[in-house]
Amino acid sequence: MGRKLLTEHINVPGIDTFEVYRQHGGYRSVEKALKTMTPDEVVEEVKKSGLRGRGGAGFPTGMKWSFLAKPEGVPRHLVCNADESEPGTFKDRHLMSRLPHLLIEGMITSSYALGANTSYIYIRGELLYVLRILEKAIAEAYANGFLGKNILGSGYDLDLHVHPGGGAYICGEETALLESLEGKRGNPRNKPPFPAVQGLYARPTVVNNVESIAAVVPIINEGGDEYAKLGVGKSTGTKLISACGHLNKPGIYEIELGVPVEEFIYSDEYCGGIWKGRDLKAVVAGGSSVPILPKELILKTAAGESRLMTYESLSDGGFVTGTMLGSGGFIAMDETTCIVRNTWNFSRFYHHESCGQCSPCREGTGWLEKVLHRLEHGHGNMHDIDLIVSVAKQIEGNTICPLGEAAAWPVAAAVRHFRHEFEWHVTHREEAARPGAVYPGKAVLV
Amino acid sequence: MAKITFDGIEIEVPDGTTILNAARKIGGDIVPPAMCYYTPLKGTGGKCRACLVKVSAGSAKDPRPMPKLVPSCITTVQDGMVVENTTNQQVLDVRKGIVEMLLINHPLDCPVCDQAGECDLQNFAFEHGMATTRYEEERRTFEKIDIGPYIQLHMTRCILCYRCVYTADQLTEQRVHGVLGRGDAAEIGTYIDNIIDQDFSGNVIDVCPVGALTDKTFRFKQRVWFTKPVNAHRNCENPKCSGNVVLWYKGKDVLRVTARKDEYGEVKEWICNTCRFEKKETSDWTIEGPTHIERSSVISANHYELPVVNPQVIADMPESTIRDLEQNPPLKLGR
Repeated sequence: MGRKLLTEHINVPGIDTFEVYRQHGGYRSVEKALKTMTPDEVVEEVKKSGLRGRGGAGFPTGMKWSFLAKPEGVPRHLVCNADESEPGTFKDRHLMSRLPHLLIEGMITSSYALGANTSYIYIRGELLYVLRILEKAIAEAYANGFLGKNILGSGYDLDLHVHPGGGAYICGEETALLESLEGKRGNPRNKPPFPAVQGLYARPTVVNNVESIAAVVPIINEGGDEYAKLGVGKSTGTKLISACGHLNKPGIYEIELGVPVEEFIYSDEYCGGIWKGRDLKAVVAGGSSVPILPKELILKTAAGESRLMTYESLSDGGFVTGTMLGSGGFIAMDETTCIVRNTWNFSRFYHHESCGQCSPCREGTGWLEKVLHRLEHGHGNMHDIDLIVSVAKQIEGNTICPLGEAAAWPVAAAVRHFRHEFEWHVTHREEAARPGAVYPGKAVLV
Repeated sequence: MAKITFDGIEIEVPDGTTILNAARKIGGDIVPPAMCYYTPLKGTGGKCRACLVKVSAGSAKDPRPMPKLVPSCITTVQDGMVVENTTNQQVLDVRKGIVEMLLINHPLDCPVCDQAGECDLQNFAFEHGMATTRYEEERRTFEKIDIGPYIQLHMTRCILCYRCVYTADQLTEQRVHGVLGRGDAAEIGTYIDNIIDQDFSGNVIDVCPVGALTDKTFRFKQRVWFTKPVNAHRNCENPKCSGNVVLWYKGKDVLRVTARKDEYGEVKEWICNTCRFEKKETSDWTIEGPTHIERSSVISANHYELPVVNPQVIADMPESTIRDLEQNPPLKLGR
């Protein structure tokens, strides 16, 4: 079992209260950073750690921080993106509800590094109970002098606010999140200007995922170099993986990056294999928007190497034979899963969540969903299969924000790897339309 | 100043100009189409994706190409930038895709739509679209919403360009309509029944690229190509109103009044609702002369600008008229 940096004390009773959290070494990073380090040193430490954004894109956090514009006299902001709504991803919710002080500690240290005096946690609207937990924890932090004016006598001030969203997936896109936080309709902005130059209230802003901000705590406590020793290559540290689907032990696992996928699925330490003794069919490795991979390609790369849970290894082979680590929403599907139905379900989600601002995504997501619905329910034709690939291609890369790509990738990948199932839905319409019907043959690996 | 190459043509424009406006300075067929961008309205653009172009060299300092196609309406030029529009097949393919996306839920009711003949979407689809559709699903429809005595909102035709929202924000005292809902269920609406009736609210009709917002005082009166546009002005009491308009005549009747648009369909001088909806007598106006209409437009089909003559049979035709006819021959209808 690898080291646990974030969730070491997650099962300690009362860890969500300030006292217990403090007894288990909480807020050490704040003390260390504010008393012994300059903001630039904190940024440097995070750069050294090689921490990559945990929200999905995997952009190096330290580099993102160093891009922040610092004009004189203009306030800067740190915004924590807690609008976790990707199907299959539920790590942040768990982390915030069980270890609220870890996020707050990370927010204080990170805000200090960025020179932000007002920071925000933008939390998904459905997570109202987590919002209450966070608000209670923030009140405790204020009461104990870790938030507010002159924190720990260092002269550094920080106000932290939690803001609930209205329950829109699109508000997890950083610029839509900022619009929503400003009180506007959650439409993504055109970039440039990037948030690092003009973000919240047109001020320089950094938007980071909950897990990225939480990871700053062990990085400061142990030092960036120590943190970078964990993991493989450019994928350093630990990552929370929310495993779900047809697994014996679904749940949230903190893994050291570099665990082989096979070990993650089958070892008893992690997911414990596929339930009911069935065979694995496919895996969506990083939340619903990354390409789906069949068993053969998720366990081994096209070159025959064992695939590891790292940013690089999972994306080995590009989108032809690879996928992405994404946000760590690991969805495993057994042999009784209908890929067409699953793809339709994902498409339905993106159709529902498209903001409707730019035309390819607004119209294309609905089109994809309708055609997939027809295919799944036995009204499809052979040319529909090529049609959805072509529509997905028309959306991809031509939209304002990545939601268009997120809607297009799963469809394109499903047809790429499971075309025979789509074809079976056309040739065996009546059979395919029956509830619970699944392609009976074995997978044809393309 | 920044020097850019657009489709192989070099042009120098001030810093901060967008690629689209640089292309418009060159003019002609190479100008990317724009469905949502509207120069006089701040904040528009970037939504319809019709104007996507390929930047094959970012700038003189950093000549790497931009990885994705960029919306030319909001991307500013850099010195040494090389842009490909009609010379790039990828751009043309994507544009074809955008037309398709815009049309799949459009009712295509041009035969009964008042905008037909001066519709941006119609022109865009004619130039870049396909003659057939791959869309077999049911089209999205909306109920018509009553938003007052002057303006008709027909949401089914809307392409969600947001222009009318920006117009109401920037021209009128209070915006009472906006975009409700999201995804393909997003619609322009007032949420609670409301009337859009403020001094300058009529301008939303002019900015609307399609027939979603039409003039109730003109609806179903006449096809636009059967009316004659005439420039006119009056001294409007409203200090913000320019009073410079186009009167659309049928016979002796003024059927409608609109603001003047430039060749890209953009209004430079806004007019108030009194001028637009209430002054429909010739005696209200000082006539300046016929409006110049692009020869390619269907509105010029009645070619009233030039004398309808058969040049061969007229002896001693003035030199200037011969020159004029050579330059602008009357359209040969029924080819």
